[in-house]
Amino acid sequence: MSGDTVSVTGWGRTAPTAARLIRPRTYEEAAAAVRSCGARGSIARGLGRAYGDAAQNAGGSVLDMTGLDRIHAIDADGGTVLCGAGVSLHRLMEVLLPLGWFVPVTPGTRQVTVGGAIGADIHGKNHHVSGSFSRHVLALELLTADGEVRAVGRGTPLFDATAGGMGLTGIVLTATLRLLPVETAYLSVDTERATDLDDLMARLTATDHRYRYSVAWIDLLARGGATGRAVLTRGDHAPLEALREGTRARRHPLSFRPRRLPAAPALVPEGLLGSTTVGWFNELWYRKAPRARTGELQGISRFFHPLDAVPHWNRIYGRGGFVQYQFVVGYGQEDALRRIVRRVSAHRCPSFLAVLKRFGDADPGWLSFPVPGWTLALDIPAGLPGLGAFLDGLDQEVAAAGGRVYLAKDSRLRPELLAPMYPRLADFRALRAELDPHGVFVSDLARRLGL
Amino acid sequence: MKDAFGLPQSLLVLGGTSEIALATARRLIARRTRTVWLAGRPSPALEASAESLRALGADVRTVAFDALDPESHETVLGKVFAESDIDMVLLAFGILGDQARDEREPVSAVRVAQTNYTGAVSAGLVSAGALQAQGHGSLVVLSSVAGERARRSNFIYGSSKAGLDAFAQGLGDALQGTGVHVMVVRPGFVRSRMTAGLDEVPLSTTPQAVASAIELGLRRRSETVWVPGALRLVMSALRHAPRAVFRRLPL
Repeated sequence: MSGDTVSVTGWGRTAPTAARLIRPRTYEEAAAAVRSCGARGSIARGLGRAYGDAAQNAGGSVLDMTGLDRIHAIDADGGTVLCGAGVSLHRLMEVLLPLGWFVPVTPGTRQVTVGGAIGADIHGKNHHVSGSFSRHVLALELLTADGEVRAVGRGTPLFDATAGGMGLTGIVLTATLRLLPVETAYLSVDTERATDLDDLMARLTATDHRYRYSVAWIDLLARGGATGRAVLTRGDHAPLEALREGTRARRHPLSFRPRRLPAAPALVPEGLLGSTTVGWFNELWYRKAPRARTGELQGISRFFHPLDAVPHWNRIYGRGGFVQYQFVVGYGQEDALRRIVRRVSAHRCPSFLAVLKRFGDADPGWLSFPVPGWTLALDIPAGLPGLGAFLDGLDQEVAAAGGRVYLAKDSRLRPELLAPMYPRLADFRALRAELDPHGVFVSDLARRLGL
Repeated sequence: MKDAFGLPQSLLVLGGTSEIALATARRLIARRTRTVWLAGRPSPALEASAESLRALGADVRTVAFDALDPESHETVLGKVFAESDIDMVLLAFGILGDQARDEREPVSAVRVAQTNYTGAVSAGLVSAGALQAQGHGSLVVLSSVAGERARRSNFIYGSSKAGLDAFAQGLGDALQGTGVHVMVVRPGFVRSRMTAGLDEVPLSTTPQAVASAIELGLRRRSETVWVPGALRLVMSALRHAPRAVFRRLPL
């Protein structure tokens, strides 16, 4: 199989590189593509939502896995599904919700594949309760460098290296997931405002355990006494009786019909999102949120994936693209978090999608990102002057606090900081050296950071 | 690999003693660059340049490279690329010549042309091929405003840069979609060793300013960079000035 050479970037649209894009339609085709990938190797790619260069492979081949999108088996009583790695969480929701099941973990977008979810060991608003995606993966099949397919069970080194392993141990072909039972496709959501960062942390600490889902949107442009003001939205799946009698929702409690707005235009002037415009947006967003509201019913898309309604929303940053920065620092390192928030606010980073969340227990993936603590994610236009050096400064702060940055979002970390941030890196490298001595699986991320 | 801001981790400088190149290397080492190859004719100056960059913490190696020997380029540069990926090639070699002497001695005029133009065509094509094979990288070509319109006072140098500039632009178009980015840098009068003793002109600049413009151009993935930026307008006006007027300008 030979694919066309195309320019590939991550969702942040920075650092394009060229690769042969191959779209296997069967597991045999995927294995053949891996066996014949050539000296510059191969990497799997799903729906391209990793922000940086994780699913790019300059000069080599990139396997577009979205062709392997079959749902093989659903156990509607036991709540498990066996599907191809190219199936998106969107597709799973479409199929599973009518049966009364929901994906165990969903990030801020449904447009990720199951394979990508395992490779990045993604998390969602329920991490403090449910952990990361790999916790709900019962088994998977992995296409390894020798072209063989291995069944990988939980608790094995290969499983733990693959969960969060950024696709570098092999290509996930299928996975069996444990699902979450739901009565409706709606969420019962409590919203409240926090006036500053300390208020926000206090509220999250005090009452997070009451909610399955919890996240706070944080205004990183607010200054002075309002630094770190936020809107908390927390909730759980609504039970059937929460839907009012006689409404459409009550008649079709499990219907999943996400809204779709027009796509973002292809050409957006650079610098549209400056600190002034984003400052206005943030002001508006904060003020329009109710001071306190409980039990509001929200659809799945509105609660989990508001940006999915706008196809290609990443274009709003213009041609220069943007950078996502997500880190976690452990509990007890609140001062580091405060310092970072103050620095971001002082630097006037025009970030309007910043979220703060508390992580629960970590899962065993060696390069899995979540550890117990505070995680802050923000996005910043790549063209902001001095941004590279500024984020290097934040890295230092994060590393000094024993924290780490998220590889699925990274596009600019200094390679020296990887080992301090991920203590199991040496194990990961050793396993890869043994399993894949010729470096068949390689990505731009792996080359940049020496994974 | 380059990061989200276009900053390279590995750099190959063709013309390893160029002041602009060294200023650029220093700037990039301060950010992300760890591996630097300095290619040039073996000389104490080349080793001293390497030493000055090592002091900044980079892993620097020198490689014998002669712009006037295009037959050797494939082998010499091939070895560098075979060792590891090169994220950025900075094509910085060039000589100014001596206009008055070069007009009298055609052989030395040809040397200017061979160094600045044919040598660069060869090294540029070899580098472009290697970058294309690895699917990523930037080829940064130091051109000059002198190539924008030939002037009486330095048309031999200017014509060689005009050729180089046109070549690099075409190469950039040829490499569209291959992951390779070609950036043509057109500095004005740069105060450096090369121009020591010459009269300064308005809008002159420094190697550090050129380095800073290169860093910005990498982030923006620019195809053409003027240093200083105002030269773009000035040269646009000068290019359209009638010959009779242009000839009389004190340039």
